[in-house]
Amino acid sequence: MKHLVSTKSISRDEAIDILDVAEDMSDVAGREVPRLPALRGKTIVNLFYEDSTRTKISFEVAAKRLSADVITFSAKGSSVSKGESLKDTAQTLAAMGADAVIVRHPASGAAEVLARSSWIDAKILNAGDGTHEHPTQALLDAFTIRRRLHGDHARGHGLDGCRVTIVGDIEHSRVARSNVWLLTTLGAHVTLVAPATLLPPSVRAWPVEVAFDLDHALAAGPDVVMMLRIQAERMHESFFPTEREYSTHWGLDDVRMRRLPGNTLVMHPGPMNRGLEISSGAADSPMSTVREQVANGVSVRMAALYLLLIGNEAEVA
Amino acid sequence: MTARTVMQQADISRALTRISHEILESNRGGSDLVTLGIPTRGAVLASRIGAILESIEPGSGTVGTLDVTMYRDDLNRTLTRTPQPTRIPPSGIDGKTVVLVDDVLFSGRTVRAALDALADLGRPRAVRLAVLVDRGHRELPIRADFVGKNLPSSLAERINVRLHDVDGAEDVAIEP
Amino acid sequence: MSQRIIVRAVELVGSGAGGKGSTDILIADGVIAELGSRLSDAKATVIDADGLIALPGLVDLHTHLREPGFERSETVLSGSRAAAIGGFTAVHAMANTNPVADTVSVVEHVMSLGDSAGYVTVRPVGAVTVGLGGVRLAEIGAMARSRAKVRVFSDDGKCVSDAQLMRRALEYVATFGGVVAQHAQEPRLTEGAQMNEGRVSGELGLEGWPSVAEEAIIARDVLLAEFVGARLHVCHVSTAGSVDVVRWAKARGIPVTAEVTPHHLLLTEELASGYDANFKVNPPLRRSEDVAALRAGLADGTIDVIATDHAPHPQEVKDCAWADAAFGMVGLESALSVVQAALVDTEVLAWTDIARVLSSMPARIGHVEGYDRGIAAGAPAELTLVDPAARRDFEVGDLRGESVNSPFVGLRLPGRVMATIHAGNPTVLDGELVAAERVAAAATKSEGRGRG
Repeated sequence: MKHLVSTKSISRDEAIDILDVAEDMSDVAGREVPRLPALRGKTIVNLFYEDSTRTKISFEVAAKRLSADVITFSAKGSSVSKGESLKDTAQTLAAMGADAVIVRHPASGAAEVLARSSWIDAKILNAGDGTHEHPTQALLDAFTIRRRLHGDHARGHGLDGCRVTIVGDIEHSRVARSNVWLLTTLGAHVTLVAPATLLPPSVRAWPVEVAFDLDHALAAGPDVVMMLRIQAERMHESFFPTEREYSTHWGLDDVRMRRLPGNTLVMHPGPMNRGLEISSGAADSPMSTVREQVANGVSVRMAALYLLLIGNEAEVA
Repeated sequence: MTARTVMQQADISRALTRISHEILESNRGGSDLVTLGIPTRGAVLASRIGAILESIEPGSGTVGTLDVTMYRDDLNRTLTRTPQPTRIPPSGIDGKTVVLVDDVLFSGRTVRAALDALADLGRPRAVRLAVLVDRGHRELPIRADFVGKNLPSSLAERINVRLHDVDGAEDVAIEP
Repeated sequence: MSQRIIVRAVELVGSGAGGKGSTDILIADGVIAELGSRLSDAKATVIDADGLIALPGLVDLHTHLREPGFERSETVLSGSRAAAIGGFTAVHAMANTNPVADTVSVVEHVMSLGDSAGYVTVRPVGAVTVGLGGVRLAEIGAMARSRAKVRVFSDDGKCVSDAQLMRRALEYVATFGGVVAQHAQEPRLTEGAQMNEGRVSGELGLEGWPSVAEEAIIARDVLLAEFVGARLHVCHVSTAGSVDVVRWAKARGIPVTAEVTPHHLLLTEELASGYDANFKVNPPLRRSEDVAALRAGLADGTIDVIATDHAPHPQEVKDCAWADAAFGMVGLESALSVVQAALVDTEVLAWTDIARVLSSMPARIGHVEGYDRGIAAGAPAELTLVDPAARRDFEVGDLRGESVNSPFVGLRLPGRVMATIHAGNPTVLDGELVAAERVAAAATKSEGRGRG
């Protein structure tokens, strides 16, 4: 892989390859020395223009488990204008010899701009750009689903026939976008559920089904229900009237939870608003994969870093 | 340009049987023995050796695989390498005698990587090395304890090991 | 002392005659002295125009020259040079400078900078509201009666969104024989907007700019114009719906004119996919259906003029993430080539129509004198000689302004301006600008003559 900016350009074989490597990486966590020397001597920069302790730490652990040198650079609050600092910072990192840059930026496309620019020739890994994409989150979600479906024999499998329902603020969600492209590439059927105000324009052109009614969508018996974080600010922008109304119509509460078959997976990319889009009962139930998702995040990010930084550069994702 | 076959299927299975006996002999029995193959063909050979060990002395045929991809010193010089699974028996390797198995011993770099990988997994009592073919040209101070066949070769030649489970045919050949 | 020029064997366009065949043009004392064949004049410089077509000098109704205040992006001189190499002889300098062109002193300053540069007639546009603030009317009367004789008033870059203020502006501007050029963008519908709202914005995660934000303002404004009986000009129409609204208004007899930019006639929203901010513009690039509707609108006369919306920006506000980048693209240098590619080579319009939408109509809307007769004996010598058979890979090196934010770099474009003549003096010869000192000197002489 040349860069990992979007899941849209990842082929099925590439995706399965990443997930398979992640399986091997996940074995490492249980070892006496949970570390591989594969990226010894490589310099990886965590470039975060947005606060995200969880993602930042996940990448840091992944890089360290592969023996890379990790530098974390929090650019948030820099006094330089955002645009200038992206270019300047990239050139600085290039001069320092960064081999890979993991970038989180509030502007959609920032990772793509870095990848296409002549400012730096390091591998670019998108850790979330605005409301565009968050590819490693989708990969870890796919990994988590695949493991729950196939257990120790997950290697080589896609997600064929798996029915995934994603609920919430699709329009502003980079997680939703990355998941739509990746999960459908892997053969899953994706249904998006949200009020019309929180659906992206032209969503009907996406390879998904769209529904407004959560109860109706859940009655169809999906294998996976993925709840997205809803931001309270949206209420003030009139995307929905009140938290209570949102929660009543589109929250996964205990009543809805009880109606789901016991083998349904309940996912959430975190951080959760308990009581808003998901009840505590749902979040903590054995059907919930929230904690696994965090652990799997490290494995998937190790796989992504390994495949980006090792070997030839013929492929581009 | 014709390949010269140096071991037939029967030669290979005889060699594996002999190696198995030698392992048991040098270990003074089969207790605490773990045979780990290096993927891909080393893993096939290890499982065959494990089966022979088990038939000679039940309980001595504990096998697993040890992937060394991440420990190689040439990761940046080759094409993308997809790692293979590492499967360590549930009993672990601490205090055990580990026999590493590979198809061909050449520069010794693979074995070096395997030793590093082992160190991250635990602390064996001893580590031995079994190979089907030793073709010489070592670049590191490494030697095999059990050898199926010594095969002096020139650097220009290629040693090609084929096993039924992987290649659909079974022999060892030298290609110019 | 006056420059005499013979343009030899050119094909006339927009002369009204409509006839084909080659003609010679004798230019003397700033006017077209004679049209004919085999003209001779011992003192004249001869421009061999065999294979070229002559268009009346192009008039841009919508140019950002950035001076005063943003001279790093463009100056009146650099923008005039970009205009000349693009075949323009007159441009309208938008008011969003710093200070804003909302007073007599600023508009007269901009005009005199244009006069001394000498490449084109610079017609300042006055702000509708003080500081483009959208609250109080600027001193429209004073600007109209100043030396700059401002006739076009616009808050371009910002929409006069307050309906009451827009009503007053239409009425008050009409008092002085001018026109309000509205930047139609409903502000609440476009807060944070980054690109056309639709399939591409949904995938890219960029805040959408709905077409209705433009169409709703145009619909309101044509009704206001009808109600108060004033003229309205709509800047850079970009959607199929806007074309429909204007078509409806014209059928109803409402005195509205509309412009479209060259880039909206050729480029689509798909270009945003790589997040290259050189494709970020206000209004945004739209769908291919919109491009088709805009072309059809020009063909049936719904849209009156093509105007560049030349909007230079320094590199650092384009070399960044899309949302952090500035809106706008330069367009003077590429305009005629893009128009040829989008309209002439596709047989939507003929060259005579191009002369109308890029010269006589914008001149009429902007009250620029001397363009009503086209290329005719006795008319001011404002003309552009074009080689329509030329083809080039458009490059940064083809730009002549201070800024390089062109979306056309790398495209293969037809046509090339080989010579431009402004007020009887060449500003472009052999496809290259005439040196600034020579142009300025010639302009000073012409001015002396004009005043004398």
